[in-house]
Amino acid sequence: MAGLITPMSSNPAESGPTLKVSGLSKSYDKRQVVGPLDFSLEAGSVTGLLGGNGAGKTTTIGMIMGLIAPTCGEIRVFGHDMARERYGALGRMNFESPYVDMPHRLTVRQNLRVFGLLYDVADIEAKIARLAEDLALHDFLDRQTGRLSAGQKTRVAIAKALINDPRLLLLDEPTASLDPDTADWVRTRLETHRRTHNCAILLASHNMSEVERLCDRVLMLKEGTLVDDDSPVGLLARYGRDTLEEVFLDVARGRAGGAAA
Amino acid sequence: MSLSFKRVGAMMLRYSYLLRASRTRILDMIYWPTVQLLTWGFLQTYLVRGGALAEPGGATQAAGTLIGAILLWDILLRGQQGFCFSFIEEMWSRNLPNILMSPLRPVEFVASLVAMSLIRLAVGVLPVTIMAIFFFGFNLWALGVAFAAFFVVLMFFAWSVGLLVSGILLRYGLGAENLVWSLMFCVQPLGAVYYPVTTLPTWLQPISWSLPPTYVFEGLRGVLIDHVVRWDLLAQGLAIDVFLFAAASAAFGLFLQSARRAGTLLQTGE
Repeated sequence: MAGLITPMSSNPAESGPTLKVSGLSKSYDKRQVVGPLDFSLEAGSVTGLLGGNGAGKTTTIGMIMGLIAPTCGEIRVFGHDMARERYGALGRMNFESPYVDMPHRLTVRQNLRVFGLLYDVADIEAKIARLAEDLALHDFLDRQTGRLSAGQKTRVAIAKALINDPRLLLLDEPTASLDPDTADWVRTRLETHRRTHNCAILLASHNMSEVERLCDRVLMLKEGTLVDDDSPVGLLARYGRDTLEEVFLDVARGRAGGAAA
Repeated sequence: MSLSFKRVGAMMLRYSYLLRASRTRILDMIYWPTVQLLTWGFLQTYLVRGGALAEPGGATQAAGTLIGAILLWDILLRGQQGFCFSFIEEMWSRNLPNILMSPLRPVEFVASLVAMSLIRLAVGVLPVTIMAIFFFGFNLWALGVAFAAFFVVLMFFAWSVGLLVSGILLRYGLGAENLVWSLMFCVQPLGAVYYPVTTLPTWLQPISWSLPPTYVFEGLRGVLIDHVVRWDLLAQGLAIDVFLFAAASAAFGLFLQSARRAGTLLQTGE
């Protein structure tokens, strides 16, 4: 497997963490909804972004994607300041979000071909064939995307997110509409991608078993603020809990389990 | 079968909420009657004054200018709508974030919209220009270089309006969708499409001359009635086009920035 690992850039400006977020905040009408946040993601790591509804997970991911302008702070991806040099990084990152869809009247293959071209993927047809194999898209590769089930659409969205072999992957509830078997299978694919491409993954999820399985680190958000940052094992130990779900409830309901943090 | 006025009222309330939440929808209700009144009212004024009909052979010339104006107007309208249609397709399918987060640069996105507007135009308008030859003996292509110049001036204006509308859609979402189909029509009475600028009230004429299509439609009448290509007019139209295209590009950029600040790019619905 080691031969498949994508080498790091030789550009000194791109050394350091894959993603570095410094003093990031977002306000709407003088009401601060996120931040200030400071964290970084190392290559090959999977970081869970947890928090209740409205905690600021999607806004944070939206800011990293460049779709939402931060009020303050800085985001650097591969060393590039996303406010000024985003095109230096966009080709090596990708995302999947329940708020985003793909053209319904295009077939899955047509959609993947378009995104392959946008991301300048070499040998697109071979790449589509490989993704179809990895994500079991064969049965509906030539079907219109709008006619797929929710689970099939999610797999297509993940295929699109992997089309450029990203080294930074932003995932917002990637397995929300999948049955347990398919969800487990998708997690295995994501783990493989992380390992083979040394990819940093930021994962927003409400599925605690998914977070426990995939993530080596968890960021806990509450009302837009980072209230905890530790490994799943570290969180369980500090909160004295058996599952991350219990830790999540402690944080959401303001119990003092994490006071030792 | 009983009719419940309460249920009817509930549905009316639902539609009135939607209407009250969207100023563009209310504006739309006033907009169309105004455009229709002005366009056909000024045409009536032109006809009452005599216009081309008063000249020897004027009826034939008038018919030619009318069909020519209709064809050029359609080029202008379809050019803008073709531009916006490709853009709004991304919003309908909730695909815009995928596009904006890809390495595609805004200038490349705009170039693709421009190219698609030309392709849509070729598919839609080309057959109609041929039909005009068969049915009415009017050959737009016979205008030669003048037609090419008219086309360039009209298309740059169409793309400018398309860029502006796309920027508004980015910022305000699909609630502003009506602008795609309606905004260009306000040019119809003001752009001297079916009658000369002199038909308009004096105070409206400077506004008319600030619109590039006015130079094209005046130019068309110059070619068909006076048999003169007014290159001076077309050059002025093109100069205004360049300014408007630059302004529309800047506005698109500002709307994109504003949408990013407002966080509306992830919620591109109504």
